[in-house]
Amino acid sequence: MESLPDFDLIRPRTLDEAVKARQKFPGNRLLGGGTDLLVNIRRGIGDAPTALIDMTNIAELKTIKADAKKLKIGASVTIQEVADDSTIAHHYPAIAEAAASIAGPTQRAMGTLGGNLCLDTRCIYYNQSDWWRSANGFCLKYQGEKCHIALKSKTCFATYSGDLAPAAMVLGAEVEIIGPNGQRRLTLTDLYSGDGQNYLTLEEGEIITALSIKKEPGLRSGYEKIRTRQSIDYPLAGVAAGLCREGNKITDFHIAVTGTNPKPVLLDGTAHLVGGPLDDEFFNALDKLMSAQIKSMKTTLAPGNYRRKMAGVLARRLTKKLFDNYCQ
Amino acid sequence: MKKIVKFTLNGQPHVGAVADNILLIDYLRGMGLTGTKTGCDGGECGACTVLINDQPALACLTLAPTVQGARVETIESQSRGGGLSDIQLGFHHKLGSQCGFCTPGFIMAAEGLLRRNPQPNDEEIREALGSNICRCTGYVKIIEAVKWAAKERGRGVR
Repeated sequence: MESLPDFDLIRPRTLDEAVKARQKFPGNRLLGGGTDLLVNIRRGIGDAPTALIDMTNIAELKTIKADAKKLKIGASVTIQEVADDSTIAHHYPAIAEAAASIAGPTQRAMGTLGGNLCLDTRCIYYNQSDWWRSANGFCLKYQGEKCHIALKSKTCFATYSGDLAPAAMVLGAEVEIIGPNGQRRLTLTDLYSGDGQNYLTLEEGEIITALSIKKEPGLRSGYEKIRTRQSIDYPLAGVAAGLCREGNKITDFHIAVTGTNPKPVLLDGTAHLVGGPLDDEFFNALDKLMSAQIKSMKTTLAPGNYRRKMAGVLARRLTKKLFDNYCQ
Repeated sequence: MKKIVKFTLNGQPHVGAVADNILLIDYLRGMGLTGTKTGCDGGECGACTVLINDQPALACLTLAPTVQGARVETIESQSRGGGLSDIQLGFHHKLGSQCGFCTPGFIMAAEGLLRRNPQPNDEEIREALGSNICRCTGYVKIIEAVKWAAKERGRGVR
C-alpha cells in the first residue's frame, strides 16, 4: 500500500481544543482508532487530509455514564470497552452484542464508538488501491463519473457496514454533536443521508461527542449478523431488534439493518405489526417490510440477493429468540 | 511536521524524532526491529501486532507519534538472554509455526492474552487470536502452543 501523505497530527486534550483545531486546519479529518480511516487514506480514497485530529486523547470523550434512566457513551470510548461494560450488557444488550461482534479483538481495542458510527461506506469498486481503481475506472463515490454497480445510477450504492448504529437505532438513540455553532442533538437515524457518497449529514467542522440512549423499561434487544469469517470481516448483513411482549402479544417492535443499504435502515412500518401474537401472519408482514426496504446491491463479493435474503432470515430468527426468551 | 516522541521500547527508554505521518511499523522496522512483519498492511491480518501498554495493537494502523509515553513491546522483547520465551517454545514444541511470517503477531497477541488471563481455555484463546491470520498451520497447532505456554508460565517457567 502507499505511504501516508504529509499531514499534521493534532492531539487535542480537550473538546474545546478539538473544535478550534477543526477550524484552524481546513481539510482535516478526525482520527479515532484509525482502523478505517488510515487504510482508506493509504488507498487514496477520499481527498488526502492536511491534518488529522486525534480524538483519543480527550478525557471527556472517554467515559461511559449510566443511571436508572439513560446511557451516554463518549465518542472516543473503544469498541472493546463498550463490549465489556456490564451495565450496557445488562440493560442495552443489542449494543454490547454488536460491539462484541465487530472485527477482531485487536481492532476492537483500537476502534472507537465515534469512528464506528461514522464508518465510511464500502464497495468492492471503492475499497481498492489507487492502481486497481485507475485500471478499472474510478467510480461515482470518488474521482469517477459512473457507478460500476448500477451503470445508469446517479447515486452511489456503497454500503454502510457499521454494527453499532443499527443496535443503537432500535433503542431510539440520539447523537450529541458539537460544532462551530455550538451543540445540538440528532436522532441517530437522521445522522445518515442514504447516499453512499455523502453518507453523513454532519455539517462542516462538527464533531460527534456521544451516543445517548433513554432506558425503555420492558424493551428487550439483541443483534445478529453474518460475515464470511467469524472474525475481522465486515458484516454481509447485520440485524438489530428491540421488542416488548405482554402475554402472547408483541406490543412494541423495532428492527434495524446494516451491511445492505447505503445507510443503516431502521425499518419503517413495524408499528403496524404489533398487537398480535408472533404467528405466520406477523412474519409474512415482516418479510414484506424487509424486502421493500432492504436493497443490497453487489457491493461485496457475496451477491446482493443473498445478503437481502439473509437479512430476512436474521430478522425472523432474532425476533423469535427475543420473544421466546422474553422476561419481565 | 516532526515530533519528539518518548516512550519505553522493549523495557528501555527511547527518544526519537518522528514525522507525523510515520506508522509505528515503519518506525520500528526502520530502526532494525524487523521481527514485526508487514502482512496485509491494512489492519486485517495481525502480522504487525505489538503490545502497547500490554494491549495487542496493530502497528500498521498506529501513527508513531501517538505512542508518546506508552510502553511498546515487540517480538524482540520475547528473547530471554538469547533463549526462547515460553510462548516461543510452545510454538516450537507444538509446531505452531510453518512459514513463520504470522508468528511474531500471534506470539504478541498470545502474550497480551496470558498477561490478562494466565489460564485461558480454548475458546478464550481462539477469541484472543481472532485478529490474527495464519495461512499455513490451520490454528489447531497455534492454540496448542498457547496452551502449552500457559501451563509452563503457570509453573513459573519463563
